[in-house]
Amino acid sequence: MGYDFLQKIPQEKSYLIKGLQLVQKKQGYISDDSIRACAEYFKVPEVEVEGVVSFYAQFKRTQPGKYQICVCDGTACHIKGAPLVLDWIATELDVKDGETTKDGLFSLETVACLGCCSLAPVISINGEVFGKLDRKAVIKLVKDFKARG
Amino acid sequence: MSKRVKIGTGSCGLAAGAGDVLKVLRDEFPDVTVEEVGCLGHCYAEPLIEVETEDGSFYFGEVKANKDYLQKVINIDRSICTDFSESRVDLECLKVTALVGKIPPTDIDRYIENDGYSALKKALSMTPEEVVNEVKEAGLRGRGGGGFPTGLKWSFLAAKDAERKIVVCNADEGDPGAFMDRSLMESVPHQVLEGMLICAYATGATELIIYCRAEYPMAIEHLDIAIKSIEAHGLNKFSDRTVSIRIKEGAGAFVCGEETALIHSLEGKRGMPRFRPPFPTDSGYLGFPTMINNVETFGNIPVLVREGSEAFASVGTEKSKGTKIFALAGDVKYPGLVEVPMGITLKEIVYDIGGVDPNQVKAVQTGGPSGGCIPAELFDTPVDYDSLNSLGAIMGSGGLIVIGKNRCMVETSRYFLDFTHRESCGKCTFCRVGTKRMFETLERITAGEGVTEDIDFLEDIGPKIKAGSLCGLGQTAPNPVLATLRYFRDEFEAHVIDKNCPALECNALVNVNIDLKNCIKCRLCIKNCAVNAIDDNFVVDNEVCTRCNSCIEVCPRSCIARVEGK
Repeated sequence: MGYDFLQKIPQEKSYLIKGLQLVQKKQGYISDDSIRACAEYFKVPEVEVEGVVSFYAQFKRTQPGKYQICVCDGTACHIKGAPLVLDWIATELDVKDGETTKDGLFSLETVACLGCCSLAPVISINGEVFGKLDRKAVIKLVKDFKARG
Repeated sequence: MSKRVKIGTGSCGLAAGAGDVLKVLRDEFPDVTVEEVGCLGHCYAEPLIEVETEDGSFYFGEVKANKDYLQKVINIDRSICTDFSESRVDLECLKVTALVGKIPPTDIDRYIENDGYSALKKALSMTPEEVVNEVKEAGLRGRGGGGFPTGLKWSFLAAKDAERKIVVCNADEGDPGAFMDRSLMESVPHQVLEGMLICAYATGATELIIYCRAEYPMAIEHLDIAIKSIEAHGLNKFSDRTVSIRIKEGAGAFVCGEETALIHSLEGKRGMPRFRPPFPTDSGYLGFPTMINNVETFGNIPVLVREGSEAFASVGTEKSKGTKIFALAGDVKYPGLVEVPMGITLKEIVYDIGGVDPNQVKAVQTGGPSGGCIPAELFDTPVDYDSLNSLGAIMGSGGLIVIGKNRCMVETSRYFLDFTHRESCGKCTFCRVGTKRMFETLERITAGEGVTEDIDFLEDIGPKIKAGSLCGLGQTAPNPVLATLRYFRDEFEAHVIDKNCPALECNALVNVNIDLKNCIKCRLCIKNCAVNAIDDNFVVDNEVCTRCNSCIEVCPRSCIARVEGK
């Protein structure tokens, strides 16, 4: 896969995180191949790139699903039942936290806080936020996205 | 002035459905002036519309994306109007958030019409030293949580002589439960940037960097547009230099809220803190003098400069001046963004503004995972840096989570340690291993496997972690547990001695029971149980049940409940 898009940003080490963010935006995750490409572009050892990738929660090393479900487990969502929301989705999709479904359609993860605390509990699907959820609403959402395919 | 319809389309407004409402407004009422504004602060009423007329403003909460309904809104049908509680109006003191939700966020002309950039103009007519002194005299303290005097910090950077001097806005709002900075950046990006430009002028900085978490795409977008307008208007050009402004996105690490970790992250490295000195104002980003302030601190600056230090310091307490923005959430009737004068009591915030029934509240958590809980008995405490510290909590960045009577305090403290032990960067042993041990101990207690020695262990290791950690994360991580032990020790004891969770929240210590007296045998619970734990006689097999609450939610007669386990 080409990495020409990296040319847009300065070839300075301080832009490494920006570069990795671009890679993830284009490819969905950080592959071994893209680690090599970033190491070469920013002129840093591969192990250092891997170190940065593993440090930040944003970077994923495995291919995510077509629909990425993030269950907010910030304080407000937690006390409003985020663990239950996670459980409902996990059961409905037969997938664990941090995993992708076998058909590659959904990946599920918990995130620290989406900043929509007053609508707790919330989840986001590919960045779109859904709030004030109960079990019925959660199951319906998941089914709707499943139907879209 | 003609009628103007304003709709809140911040992240939370959109999450509540403001996008659909906006579409109907635009499609069906092309002649009406519709403006997208940021957060109106009354999150419980989203999606929220303000209709501004010559006779004042009218608010409509929880509006529907429906033509007939919106026609009523535009016609100002008083019967569907939302009246905000008078107590909130009386207690709030809108200074920093005065324009939040009032103007289209990225429209520089509308900002200028509302006194925007007048503070920058005033600052430029003063000498840099005079501006620093003004901030010092106002007594403004850092709003990110630490409470360090802002003017003093500015004077450190101003005193440095270097070819590059950098001012960073810390917008890595990572405290789960806080959204003040997001609202400010989304709703009034120009105000934050005006504060930064004034700071650049006063301290002699040549570069401005905003370190914003990537989870806030709208904030980044709005800041980006605002920066382009600033450059187009030449507002970043001072007589002797042009100040560069850029945004750097964080990548999801709580520890990067710490100054030295943030600088490492800006440099493209793992965001690990380092020993101080040297302080960032001596050697920061790439070795150049660097000063970091929080978003809300910068948001205060235009207000402070415009009205002068004396007027600014007239609000607040002796040692905590001005106002503070809180993100009020949790078990509260009216969650939202509130700006109150320092020194207001927790009682006023929680009961009068939040609309919480005093009989239903157990505590509030301030400062998120770095703070502590404050029990309802102490709600007379004034909200200022020093009073909160003395209770074992902290002011923090402004997250204020109300914890209801039905929440388990042990579980709440377990939750915070779950967060901090994973966010520990691993540099200091006490933080890396200590928070993990604390978390494991709390897991055992909430799972019903705790012993009394566990409580002693938590009390012993907490202060050691605080003493043995380099940065604010480790130094504050034990706070939620220590504060909870201080005020709610009985709940810990109930878990380890009686094997009982008084709030019926810890799954391992509760059973699910169906009260057959009121049951109408509708079988909804049986149909909805994912693990077939309910038999045809409506008896729950608690060995199989996962305590997912599905049956409790669907029961039309509310006859299914959690009960004491043993």
